[in-house]
Amino acid sequence: MVLALFLLTLEFVPSATAEYGDVVINNQSDKAGMRPPVFPHWFHRIRFRCKVCHADLGFKFQAGGNQINMLKIIDGEFCGACHNGEIAWSVENCDVCHSGKPGTPTQVHGSTVQKLLGAPAPKPDNAAAKPDTTSPKPDKKK
Amino acid sequence: MKLISLKWKAVVGVTAMVFVTTPLFFSSAEDAKPVGGVNTFNRLMAPKSERNQPPSNDGIHDPTNEGTSLLLPPKEAFKDMPPAQAGNFVDWVQSLQKGLIKPRYDRSNPNEEAVVFDLDIVREVKGTMPDVVYPHDRHTQWLDCSNCHPDIFIPEKGKNQISMAQILMGQKCGVCHGKVAFPVSDCRKCHSKKKDGKGAATDTKKK
Repeated sequence: MVLALFLLTLEFVPSATAEYGDVVINNQSDKAGMRPPVFPHWFHRIRFRCKVCHADLGFKFQAGGNQINMLKIIDGEFCGACHNGEIAWSVENCDVCHSGKPGTPTQVHGSTVQKLLGAPAPKPDNAAAKPDTTSPKPDKKK
Repeated sequence: MKLISLKWKAVVGVTAMVFVTTPLFFSSAEDAKPVGGVNTFNRLMAPKSERNQPPSNDGIHDPTNEGTSLLLPPKEAFKDMPPAQAGNFVDWVQSLQKGLIKPRYDRSNPNEEAVVFDLDIVREVKGTMPDVVYPHDRHTQWLDCSNCHPDIFIPEKGKNQISMAQILMGQKCGVCHGKVAFPVSDCRKCHSKKKDGKGAATDTKKK
């Protein structure tokens, strides 16, 4: 009975109600067997003006348009300019960023373009890939 | 002759409509239960309860991931911020101007002040919509000049062709508005100056 109720509630959970402006970046994660990172734009906007990331750190205004990888982040580029254990927590917290459902395509969630053209379809091949949470990559490279 | 045939067509049309719609009126008596699905009130508008869902429930984050439970739910962060009709359902500009949020202007220096440029640009628009007033001040409180100029907007009067279609498709103003800043459904936020030029809407006067 409880299980049936639980399944019922799952049934009514809307498929994607992520916060407006949440950015999913899945340039490499799926291929690497890692959950794609979800960047909560609203969260960062409370703490920093747009200028800090988009002018000073060089983030382009395009989801997936920045060639970000963990090596660059560890070397202090992109996210690593703050996520270095000094301004914000460091890269060892893999699954706080890499928290998206496997197979979620690169997107700005809830954008007008997405409303008009529909959300990008998840890649079925990649969705099957199991995220490897046991061996966090950034730590290995340290 | 033509007029008669048109009238005849109209009569046929109305009769056909009556026949088509009549079953709908009668069938409503049979099923007294409220109908769900497509006939719900405000079908296209997400109810307030579905706004700003916590990460574990938002459809994008993986609820089975341990880190997901550590993430701040948007509602908790937004609770003291003035509401808005769309986007994140909070007014970011008001929040900043009233000091309800204190986003840094510099990565590491929390005391650095924003370089604000106060110049309103009025864009006369086609059609009956009020003209657009672009406030540099509210944009430079957040952004740097180089974010928009010269890649998105050429900093010269008359050099930028902007259409709503472009904005809807994520170009020009749509690079931010409709992705992370308030979307175009807030028409009057931009289209705020009366066509006759006798006075801008109150919004543009607020400083």
